[in-house]
Amino acid sequence: MSDEPAVRVTGLAKCFGDLKVLCGIDLSVATGEVVCVIGPSGSGKSTLLRCVNLLEEPDEGSVVVGGVDLTHEDSDIDAARRKIGMVFQSFNLFAHLTVLNNLTVAQRKVLGRDRAEANRVALANLEKVGLLEKANAMPAQLSGGQQQRVAIARALSMGPEVMLFDEPTSALDPELVGDVLEVMRDLADEGMTMLVVTHEMHFAREVADRVLFMDGGVVVEEGPAEQVIGAPEHERTRTFLARVLDPIHRVE
Amino acid sequence: MAMSKRKRARIVRAVQYAVLVVVVVVVAVAADWGRVANAFFDLDVAGGMFPEVITVALVNTLIYTGLGFGFGLVLGLVVALMRLSSVRAYRWIAGAYVEFFRGLPALLVILAIGSGIPLAFPGTILDRYVSIMIALGIVGSAYMAETIRAGIQAVPKGQVEAARSLGMSQSKAMVWIVIPQAFKIILPPLTNELILLTKDSSLVLFLGSSQVQYELTQFGRTELNQSRSLTPVLVAGICYLIITIPLSYLSRYLERRTGGTKIRSAEATEVAQPEEATK
Repeated sequence: MSDEPAVRVTGLAKCFGDLKVLCGIDLSVATGEVVCVIGPSGSGKSTLLRCVNLLEEPDEGSVVVGGVDLTHEDSDIDAARRKIGMVFQSFNLFAHLTVLNNLTVAQRKVLGRDRAEANRVALANLEKVGLLEKANAMPAQLSGGQQQRVAIARALSMGPEVMLFDEPTSALDPELVGDVLEVMRDLADEGMTMLVVTHEMHFAREVADRVLFMDGGVVVEEGPAEQVIGAPEHERTRTFLARVLDPIHRVE
Repeated sequence: MAMSKRKRARIVRAVQYAVLVVVVVVVAVAADWGRVANAFFDLDVAGGMFPEVITVALVNTLIYTGLGFGFGLVLGLVVALMRLSSVRAYRWIAGAYVEFFRGLPALLVILAIGSGIPLAFPGTILDRYVSIMIALGIVGSAYMAETIRAGIQAVPKGQVEAARSLGMSQSKAMVWIVIPQAFKIILPPLTNELILLTKDSSLVLFLGSSQVQYELTQFGRTELNQSRSLTPVLVAGICYLIITIPLSYLSRYLERRTGGTKIRSAEATEVAQPEEATK
């Protein structure tokens, strides 16, 4: 492969009405790299992630994934999205389908795989997230943590080149967070390219190759996890980390 | 005047019972029960209606209702999708369609379709079943379009986003993800539409028909004219209730069952936007 990164975002800007959410973001994720985006609520990090697969249409700037410019008006967004897995905060499993069919519906309707092939891929991915025995369950019968692992398996079943995680553990009860993070860690170890918006600082510190701190729609600070979380240079980063890491004893 | 709350409640309840007793007594004394019994409960007349009231009339009512409901459902889905379209002209046409046909008496619509289509397309001799299907379908579709639209909009936005993020086009997401869930949500109100249409199917008697095409109302009316007894009205009425009461129980059952999922999906959308909420 060339030096072309898996994801390259240039000069990205996005407004909702008068509210400027993203004010010129540059970001690149190399193939096999894990990048975590941290920052306070409303800093634009989820919007940034949603712009990478164009669930939100950027106002300005370009998004290039796997060498394809998604923001070019002639690009086939649906084709590009097949290579970009996305995991949502609220899981968004298809409520009317069994776990297995959640994993196979897009394989069959989008990739045109036959049922046997789709099932084979789906079951392999369910096994990977440790939920093979839930194949015939309905999403509503699963715990939040299980639902999120199914959602990860669903995204993986499309064979993505990049995985986006939008606060994947924020809607979970604390005791269920660990299982989901473990699946994500395994994925990172296998060399998956990952862009993760998260509040899990320990995860970011241990797994991320690079950490971005965002606030007010700009990237305030970026670098190796050790540096950004361990020894932040900017005052805003320090204030944020103090609040997140020690919410009760914080001193203003 | 000092009166305890409990005492007042007891007096109010006693008054309500008294009113009920008076009404029952007045009706019982004033009405001529002998004549009512003669008119409505003539067993000979009732017996003479069988088996045609079931094999012809009830069956035809079911056929007409089924045709109208099926066509109305398809038409309603198309109109609902037009209402949600990004093309402004489609939205406008669908809105006008709904307002127009919801605002007219079903009978007028049926009469207009029955004589209007041969008029608009000269030379076409519509099969009677086809014109019934179109007429009842249009009557039902205006209501069903609104129900379906509400159902589609009740499917959480995250479901579409998940489908799109897997590479599904807008229409694939609609067909495979949104519409199946929407229909699950609107099954109870759709069952109610079916009940309404069952009753509206009586209006097709104005389209004219031969004897083998009679549905319940026309069958009852014809028998009524022949026998000079009101018994056929009662029998036809009971036949309608045999259809509609189970449907209404079904609707209530479905409502109880889907009520649970509605609450669950409401919770799901709540956790979906914490970031917006804190902005």
